[in-house]
Amino acid sequence: MTAAAAIELPIGADEDIVRIRQLVRTRAQEAKLSLVDQTKVVTAASELARNTLTYGGGGRVVIDMPTNGRRVGIRARFIDEGPGIPDLDLALTEGWTSGKGMGLGLSGSRRLVDEFTLDTEVGRGTTVTIVKWSR
Amino acid sequence: MERIPILKIGDVLLVSIQIDLQDRDVLALQEDLSEQICDTGARGVVIDISAVDIVDSFIGRMFATIASTSRLFDATTVVVGMRPAVAITLVELGLTLGNVRTALNLEKGLAILRQIGGTRSDVLGRADDDQPVDR
Ligand SMILES: Nc1ncnc2c1ncn2[C@@H]1O[C@H](COP(=O)(O)OP(=O)(O)O)[C@@H](O)[C@H]1O
Ligand SMILES: [Mg+2]
Repeated sequence: MTAAAAIELPIGADEDIVRIRQLVRTRAQEAKLSLVDQTKVVTAASELARNTLTYGGGGRVVIDMPTNGRRVGIRARFIDEGPGIPDLDLALTEGWTSGKGMGLGLSGSRRLVDEFTLDTEVGRGTTVTIVKWSR
Repeated sequence: MERIPILKIGDVLLVSIQIDLQDRDVLALQEDLSEQICDTGARGVVIDISAVDIVDSFIGRMFATIASTSRLFDATTVVVGMRPAVAITLVELGLTLGNVRTALNLEKGLAILRQIGGTRSDVLGRADDDQPVDR
């Protein structure tokens, strides 16, 4: 079986978050993730897409299915060209928000996935990549 | 955007979430429920999430907000039917929902309300009673 091609979706409005959740769910099912793992990666994607929209001023997500030996995964990369994150440690602190959130999006989604990478540069933007592997 | 219906049964307001919630649906529901609690003098609110397959921090916060708001109006909120995968994910996300009462299903949720004494014992037998409740 060849993995599905990468799909890119815009993140510019509320309804995009719902669409991203739905695509991540479909891909996670195709990767044969357990129901709990599907729920975890969809939840992380929802948090990160909202951050891209709220703090990054919008952007896009690229979703694909990487392989590693016999394991298949789902990967989502959230990309924006917004203000970037000046203090990463602070942003990753559980409960810290610069806005009106609960401060759980970054810290929480990091726990919910297998791989979590955050690239950010003030004035240039932020890219967060998550991967969840089948067991 | 879809308006989520709020049913009034006796002095309980019942909401069953059947759609994939956009952020603005969440905010609208929060407002509608506050208004209805105040207008009807309902003593209990039951939010059925058995059809909801993800709860992120934005949706989770709505439960906490509704619970706090209802308390101001002397009403109790119970969230019922949370799926196990959703519950596991919420814990890992870091959302504790500490002040939100939960129950396994609708029946148990209504039983909790009855136990608290917030509602009349005949709550389920008065489906035709859509008059505001005397307080
Ligand atoms: N894409 C982004 N661009 C700029 N800042 C971001 C981005 N994502 C997160 N942040 C910053 O990190 C903080 C923490 O994010 P998060 O943990 O999701 O909590 P919340 O969304 O509730 O604020 C945000 O308040 C914001 O300051
Ligand atoms: Mg966030």
